[in-house]
Amino acid sequence: MALALGTAAVVLVVLLWELARPRAIGALRSARARLQRLRARSRAAGVVGYDPGRERRAEQRARELLRSCVDERDWAMYRDLGFLRVWGGVGERLRGAGAPYAYLIYPHRPIVAYVPRTGALLNEYCVAFPDHSRPYGSARLPDSDDVLAKWMALTADERRLIEQANMHLPGRQIDPDRISRDLVRLARWERESDDGATDIVRAA
Amino acid sequence: MKLLRLKPGHGEIVLAEGDVDAPEQERELIEAFRRELDAGMWAAVPLQSSDGRRQAELVKSFSDVPRDAERVIFFPRAAGGAPRTAG
Repeated sequence: MALALGTAAVVLVVLLWELARPRAIGALRSARARLQRLRARSRAAGVVGYDPGRERRAEQRARELLRSCVDERDWAMYRDLGFLRVWGGVGERLRGAGAPYAYLIYPHRPIVAYVPRTGALLNEYCVAFPDHSRPYGSARLPDSDDVLAKWMALTADERRLIEQANMHLPGRQIDPDRISRDLVRLARWERESDDGATDIVRAA
Repeated sequence: MKLLRLKPGHGEIVLAEGDVDAPEQERELIEAFRRELDAGMWAAVPLQSSDGRRQAELVKSFSDVPRDAERVIFFPRAAGGAPRTAG
């Protein structure tokens, strides 16, 4: 009985396959043709496939440009710590440790204003540089270009950039604990690089 | 002088390059400069101040660019970032 049922099932499957085969083969052929047409259209439009190295190369170029624009010490700060510190009040010629406030520039994160003397956080300034021409599929600049754009805008016209930004209290987007840790890292980094510079002068 | 533009997904690209003392090349630089400003870009010139520190200057016309500047960098104008997605 079981053998008869099994045989009947096999025969049924074979019959169904024979009936469905022309339709299945036709569907497969048309799917293949559609894929080829899509590929040809992409080639004609100059669309290239995903290039996993493109973003990395863009960032590398952006880092070189940033390095060529900022002070050597600022570049070293960004390279080692991942952010830049810009003194506030550039227009008032108050700079260095005497400046009443300063900014931390992170890539694609708000600019953070703080008081260098106490480490107190003042504000977050959320600002972006969207390129709506979207020539490469994204409106976002590479990380280091975003930092460079913020640095150029801040050092050239601090007031104008701050007026364009959305101002928030500290902690809106960046964890204040993280900023405090970064300020500690910055202080340590400055001590160590000053010590290094002193050693070089002594050795000379 | 080189005119550069920051591009998403690419880094900077050279828009134009020429000698400002050569009238034909200066004309090409001015045209490229105007095109970018018309497209809504900001133009910045990286400079070194008298105390040796580096900074940038935003310029609104080609005549504001120092004649000895090596580069003018164009970048999209600043906008208030979205609360969560951009900074």
